[in-house]
Amino acid sequence: MTGLSDRTATELGQRLRAGEISSAEIAEACLERIEAIDDRVKAFLARTDEVARDQARATDSRLATGPAPAVAGIPIALKDVLSTRGVRTTCGSKILESYVPPYDCTAWDRLSADGGVLLGKTNCDEFAMGSSNENSAFGPVHNPWNLEMVPGGSSGGSAAAVAAGEAVWALGTDTGGSVRQPASLCGVVGLKPTYGLISRYGLIAFASSLDTVGTFTRSVRDAALLLSSIASKDPMDATSLDTARRDYTDGLEDGIAGLRFGVVREAFGEGVEPGVRASVQAAVDRLDGLGASVGEVSLPHTDYALSAYYLIAPSEASSNLARYDGVRYGLRVEGGDSVEMMTRTRGAGFGPEVKRRIMLGTYALSAGYYEAYYGQAQKVRTLIIRDYEAAFGDYDVLVSPTSPTTAFPIGAKIDDPLAMYLNDVFTIPANLSGMPAISIPSGLDEQGLPVGLQLTTPVLQEDRLLRAAFVLEAAIGFDARPSLLDELAA
Amino acid sequence: MPVEIDIDHVARLARLELTDRERERLREQLAAILDHAANVGEVATADVEPTAYAIPRSNVLRPDEPRPSLPVEEVLANAPEREDDRFRVPRIVEVE
Repeated sequence: MTGLSDRTATELGQRLRAGEISSAEIAEACLERIEAIDDRVKAFLARTDEVARDQARATDSRLATGPAPAVAGIPIALKDVLSTRGVRTTCGSKILESYVPPYDCTAWDRLSADGGVLLGKTNCDEFAMGSSNENSAFGPVHNPWNLEMVPGGSSGGSAAAVAAGEAVWALGTDTGGSVRQPASLCGVVGLKPTYGLISRYGLIAFASSLDTVGTFTRSVRDAALLLSSIASKDPMDATSLDTARRDYTDGLEDGIAGLRFGVVREAFGEGVEPGVRASVQAAVDRLDGLGASVGEVSLPHTDYALSAYYLIAPSEASSNLARYDGVRYGLRVEGGDSVEMMTRTRGAGFGPEVKRRIMLGTYALSAGYYEAYYGQAQKVRTLIIRDYEAAFGDYDVLVSPTSPTTAFPIGAKIDDPLAMYLNDVFTIPANLSGMPAISIPSGLDEQGLPVGLQLTTPVLQEDRLLRAAFVLEAAIGFDARPSLLDELAA
Repeated sequence: MPVEIDIDHVARLARLELTDRERERLREQLAAILDHAANVGEVATADVEPTAYAIPRSNVLRPDEPRPSLPVEEVLANAPEREDDRFRVPRIVEVE
């Protein structure tokens, strides 16, 4: 089965503008697909069918009377950590099960002003903490390529929705790889831009120095298109960068002649599945023929990045999640006094991974341990940035697998936090250093599961990143799709 | 040396009620994670400056202009318990 909801936003936008199709038709195609398969994929926590129909109709009127932004009329799904006014936003947590935000996050605010069409809110690991989507309080998402497998995380619902044709594109968030890793495991394009390029206002905070809004799309051009709508300075987020709104598809086709690609040595070592290594290597081998040069580069502190991340992120989380105290919103479990009420509320409302990270972060920040853990981790962060500075002295773009593995079975790693954390080993450094990175599909492994290839460029070099990804995407020519969609056709 | 964590103390700091089973599991899991994460000390020498934000910004200001605040009814609609235009909470101060 393939229909309008399986096409790229770029193609749909052209056909919309040519008057061949309507936004209402695209929205209906997405809603039909959701209806047909989401009881098995479980990508959505909330559907906003009527909102989608109203917005699609409004965009059709706008298109009929004059020009509209490039993203107008294209249906989108938003990860459930992104606040949407009047639409329940749970963060995949019992503690926010009934929370209805009184305002929109800036990313959606911009997109809706541009004619965006909201399909619903997608499932995710609780408060975006996880790499498999199994930490959602509302049950796991199933990978459309194999329903027994995880879709990756934490933005697993957004990745699965795009892979399964339930949404044309989606937004997620990436704190340690939560856009790129699920994009890799679901065979779609996942972009994490430079920290601060997209406003975090209304993104419910996990680790504020790392949290980044990112995109899930079917093509690199779609990623550039979506980024163009939502990336620019926002006075509501003090960490948002002083960048003007612009068109990131400009220069996309300028090619990569003369670009120097550095293949990260540490990302091809033990722990990386042979199928992943082979697929990424095959893509790297094409670079020579495309006019680029290729060399090997070392990021010597890679092993320490994971440790630094799992001290810094939980520390920031333990502080950010202090706001869930049963007073202003969310769950409340009664107690004799306020402290007892708060303690019981938090005990009942948070799931195991969130509790683990709150405890880890609280410990790492507590008197007597702060310097040994949090302080040292911040120094390692400096060393990671220095590694990159050295690498980018010799190379323009770095290449690695996105994740050491393809999708793994639901339940396989859930009882072993350290094994689960290793999923993020190649994605974390871009968060610690603030650099933009993208995952594109490079092929399938021997099980028929998608492999992702990651490119990284220096801060605010999104143009170079997208240009390189665009060329590689065309050279790889990935055109496989989940067998689930063929079953539907049969 | 394995890390020994006073789970009760940390849980009290975090205002987090835990079951006995959760305490036991967390004691083991946090020790294993911290045992691994402690390797940051191997390379974080005294001469390395810490980084809090990869792209540091300071004194970010915006014009001090009045604008509407969040709609009070929508905000209070999320409150577990309210009284007029306020959040209602259990007793905070000890009574003699």
